[in-house]
Amino acid sequence: MQRLLRLIKTFSLWELLLGLKLTGRYFFARKVTIQYPEEKTPTSVRFRGIHAQRRYPNGEERCIACKLCEAVCPALAITIEAEPRMDGSRRTTIYDIDLFKCVYCGFCEEACPVDAIVLTGYADYHFENRGENILTKDKLLAIGDKFEPQIAKDRATDALYR
Amino acid sequence: MDQLFLVASIIAKIIVIVLVLLVSVAYLTFFERKVIGFMQLRIGPNRVGPMGLAQPFADVFKLIFKEIIIPTASNRFLFIIAPIISIATALAGWAVIPFDKANVLANINAGVLYSLSLSSLGVYGIMIAGWASNSKYAMFGALRAAAQSISYEIAMGFALVGVMMAAGSLNFQTIIQAQSGGFWHWYWLPLFPLFMVYWISGVAETNRAPFDVAEGETEIVAGFHVEYSGTAFALFFLAEYASMILISALIAILFMGGWLSPFEGIPLLDPLFAWVPGFVWFLVKTTFFIFCYLWARATFPRYRYDQIMRLGWKILIPVTLVWIVVLSLAIHFNLPPWFG
Repeated sequence: MQRLLRLIKTFSLWELLLGLKLTGRYFFARKVTIQYPEEKTPTSVRFRGIHAQRRYPNGEERCIACKLCEAVCPALAITIEAEPRMDGSRRTTIYDIDLFKCVYCGFCEEACPVDAIVLTGYADYHFENRGENILTKDKLLAIGDKFEPQIAKDRATDALYR
Repeated sequence: MDQLFLVASIIAKIIVIVLVLLVSVAYLTFFERKVIGFMQLRIGPNRVGPMGLAQPFADVFKLIFKEIIIPTASNRFLFIIAPIISIATALAGWAVIPFDKANVLANINAGVLYSLSLSSLGVYGIMIAGWASNSKYAMFGALRAAAQSISYEIAMGFALVGVMMAAGSLNFQTIIQAQSGGFWHWYWLPLFPLFMVYWISGVAETNRAPFDVAEGETEIVAGFHVEYSGTAFALFFLAEYASMILISALIAILFMGGWLSPFEGIPLLDPLFAWVPGFVWFLVKTTFFIFCYLWARATFPRYRYDQIMRLGWKILIPVTLVWIVVLSLAIHFNLPPWFG
């Protein structure tokens, strides 16, 4: 009897029809595709995208060249050189991040005592020429200026949980 | 003069058929990506042109402008001729397909035999491609295609024998006329096992999922066309899709009454749909079977190689043999309504 039932099931293609029914139902189901450039999924405030250097509200750069980020960086992506500035404060002369080396771990941000280096929520960038992978100090500050409202907002939102 | 006119009209018909076919192949690729996307809860290509409708042309241009790489160790002549054989057989099969009561390029008496032989010849393109590429994956693909087509050809032939017995003819128009009388008079019902067998072996014949072991991406990269690129690859692609449409059209003709209206003989619906040309019915039926191809591809995993062989030899062929006997009894005793 068992065998007969199995035979009937096999020859009526029962299991195959069940499979077709499933895909047939999915054919009419609501589609979940996100149309990327126009639509985006929400990102966390802790999202680790491209790097930026922040400034104080008075326009002074935050970085004091303590080199903690350089020390903590597991990929050795950060290169810093520093000198005293004209007014006697210590500032970086070179602050380079090699994006090919960077693993976006966010340790630099954690290590920074003055919240100067941060990872923004922005990740839609690319390089077209050799050397563009090196983020210089000017570039980092420019990115910081561009995304400052978002950076500040993300940090304020996250502060509750830290 | 008359002769010249005849030749010109035949050539014009051929050009129309081939052009329409090529455009349908182009849009079949688009349709396939859309259908499979929908079944996977995606929306498929929608970027090129309105609703992505220009996508097939983007694909075609991409393939045309790519370089045809001929491997050094390959057999140059065979390597070039293989895709041509594939596409030629896939297109030539359309010569005998009746699109309507009067519209058929070559209404030959042995139409079934012609289309069967051409669909079998198609596998030579694949075998030659696999051999000429001089690559182990291509070789495996060719061997698989050859073994598979041998095992499924027989079942397919037997399924056709059933249709021939029922209709008493090898001519497609006669076969269609023999099915007249509405939906329940078509051969899919009295020949149901043969219908299923023909459908399954048709899928296997065109090397489509779940019987696509000849290209089996996950096992042998791309099988027989692993070394092909550019236009040569496009020809294989074209041939595969053209034979998909061909098999769907053949099933529509042999088991679904071709261009006959499904409402024939039904009191109210028959006059209501009398204005619909037969071509439309044929198109609808063919499209349905093409959709089934894609539906099956989106649903079933690829058969293992020995399972394919088992299915072909131990299940499909016995089923057809048994049903041919049943059918001959039915015909002998004039079983109504089909053979009355």
